[in-house]
Amino acid sequence: MTGSQTKVDFSKIDEIITECGGKKSNLIAILQKVQEVYRYLPEDAMIYIGTKMEGLSPATVFGVATFYAQFSLDPKGKYEIRCCDGTACHVRGSMPVLNAIRARLDLKDGKFTTDDGLFSLETVSCLGACGLAPVVMVNDKVYPQMTSDAIKVVIDTILQEENK
Amino acid sequence: MELNIDIKKEQERAQEQIKEQGFRVLVCGGTGCVANGSMKVMEKFRELGANVDTLTSHDKMTVIPTGCHGFCEQGVLVILPEYHTTYVKVKVDDVEEIFNSHILGGEPVERLLYTDPATKQHVKKNDDINFYAKQTRTALENCGKINAESLDEAIAVHGYEALANILKENNPDAVIQEILDSGLKGRGGAGFPTGLKWKFTAANRGGKSYVVCNGDEGDPGAFMDRSVMEGDPHKLLEGMAIAAFAIGADEGYIYVRAEYPLAIKRLRKAIADAEERHYLGKNIFGTEFSFELHIKEGAGAFVCGEESALIASIEGERGMPRPKPPFPANKGLFGRPTLINNVETLANVPVIMRKGAKWFASMGTETAKGTKTFALTGEVNNTGLIEVPMGTTLREIIFDIGGGIRGGKKFKAVQIGGPSGGCLTEEHLDLPMDYDSLAKAGAMVGSGGLVVMAEDTCMVEVARFFMNFTKNESCGKCVPCREGTKNMLKILEKIVHGKGELKDLEVLEDLANTVKDGSLCGLGKTAPNPVLSTLKYFKDEYLAHIVDKKCPAGVCTALKTIKIDEDKCKGCTKCARTCPVGAIEGTVKQPHHIDQSKCIKCEACLSNCPFKAIVKE
Repeated sequence: MTGSQTKVDFSKIDEIITECGGKKSNLIAILQKVQEVYRYLPEDAMIYIGTKMEGLSPATVFGVATFYAQFSLDPKGKYEIRCCDGTACHVRGSMPVLNAIRARLDLKDGKFTTDDGLFSLETVSCLGACGLAPVVMVNDKVYPQMTSDAIKVVIDTILQEENK
Repeated sequence: MELNIDIKKEQERAQEQIKEQGFRVLVCGGTGCVANGSMKVMEKFRELGANVDTLTSHDKMTVIPTGCHGFCEQGVLVILPEYHTTYVKVKVDDVEEIFNSHILGGEPVERLLYTDPATKQHVKKNDDINFYAKQTRTALENCGKINAESLDEAIAVHGYEALANILKENNPDAVIQEILDSGLKGRGGAGFPTGLKWKFTAANRGGKSYVVCNGDEGDPGAFMDRSVMEGDPHKLLEGMAIAAFAIGADEGYIYVRAEYPLAIKRLRKAIADAEERHYLGKNIFGTEFSFELHIKEGAGAFVCGEESALIASIEGERGMPRPKPPFPANKGLFGRPTLINNVETLANVPVIMRKGAKWFASMGTETAKGTKTFALTGEVNNTGLIEVPMGTTLREIIFDIGGGIRGGKKFKAVQIGGPSGGCLTEEHLDLPMDYDSLAKAGAMVGSGGLVVMAEDTCMVEVARFFMNFTKNESCGKCVPCREGTKNMLKILEKIVHGKGELKDLEVLEDLANTVKDGSLCGLGKTAPNPVLSTLKYFKDEYLAHIVDKKCPAGVCTALKTIKIDEDKCKGCTKCARTCPVGAIEGTVKQPHHIDQSKCIKCEACLSNCPFKAIVKE
């Protein structure tokens, strides 16, 4: 685990656990809600859930958190960029788009969040918008038929909105 | 059983409501069209409609957001059902013209009609568009025709009618028999007879049991389940309720990928609406049959599409497959008998129950009945979602419905069934698409993803791409899958980098068979398929990479050289200015040269040369 960890508000975690009925089978939903709050899963939150909830251990929580691609143990950016590299997108040129994002945000191998915490980048295997390949998703918005130039405009527009 | 809702009356009421909407404007609100700005198009139509007192034929106009029409390539799609007109690639700025000219004036806007790529003619009527004309829609029958967020519109097109009739008759075994007779097979990939699965689960009637819908559509290149969930969610809910009644379950789960936020939103609304009116939930139609439905969001793991892994994931664990037997029909979710069906399979159920098993079985081939959806993507003119009778040939799908290969390129292969499937080539174009014929050709129907590849796709690179996918998605439980996929990927990477040796091919095949034999679930058992099928049909491409150190498609960076044809080069210097690494040298009006030691093969110069003097080898 890298970077500084956010201070966790345990009463908020309690609220989430109660909201999900405190059931062990809702662990994934609980972790999703925690990640919605902190944009990642802080270690303290996972240990707390694993200790507090019946039938779980911190190790089990950790096991589940590391199994699913959606969960991040490091802080994600305010804008989560998901670049699709599914078959249809791959065939229609998703790699140049991905490289353009990396270049524009200065994200080299192994690094996936910008230093200012504004953007994080991940590749995903299919967003289900194959008819519009290649696609990129920023938070919940889908951008169709991307090119290396078009994605730069998308990023620049966000930067402008953020006054950076 | 005695029902306290008369579905026929409800249907008439809902149809009356639709009539009261006046002139209907259908705007596609599927993920693809939303991305292209359909929300703004809708707003503009509403704004214009609100300012007009009377239209020619109606006293008002209603704008309806529908689910996916399937023709994603041409989005935003706008349909005027009364005129049988489909407008394509509609932008906000076009709305006023459609409104004034067509809706008010009755004069179609020619430039926004679909242009047939073969005849270059505008197509005026919906049904004449080749993409739609050759389809037969069952699971997708209402997608794009109704407001996906309205229960009443679903009821108007026979929603919940089959469920009502089944509850009235109160004979679960007859329902199972009907599904058996229809010949419906699982549409998620394996193609197991649906009726048999129901029968096995129903054998355990009496205690607690579950119905689970597998909406973890993970195959890259497939999006039919997403379209059903977004476009006609009530059909899926009705299918699940019928299944629950047949097997004696009172609780169910829909497992949806987290990548489909719109589908999740619409399903939640649909469940709440249906429960409120007693089409779902406690005492459905006032009978003693209850069925409580929950949504489980996935968290991004391809292996969760495998039924036992999906069960583990719903239970809140790591989504790893479990050995079978016991099969879910005997011991599934929370240790109870569980029926798991895929979205498309369940969406077929209400239609079969309404129109009869005979009707369904009259479509398709001897061994594969009914219709199947395919997600047509890649290098084809009309990408989108289609539904055709089983047994339709690849040629009809790619060339008639798909409108042929884009950019006039030559067809090379089609990858069917995603990372578990295989590729088919020109010799298979007339093969009927059904489970048996495809299995014989070394491929599978799978979920129905069809990725079309043209002459400039490198098949070795495609095999590497899929192996990279399965390596990443292997859950790690079975060693042959975990280590085998990793090592197969290593070999493929070696080959695309031009460092392959002939003996690698033998090792590759050997590993492929080990992974196949030594894995517990479908992911491992099918992971080597893309390699095996490309080795079978495109061995010459592997050999070209290994022996001649060439990539015939000109894709593999390490194996291609970018050159300037001196006879064609006019020395305009455009390429030298475009090159990001300064690898192109030369003086004005003299042929230029590329310094191969500096060239990063990005092809920026190639697309920019006005004289087509730059070639890749």
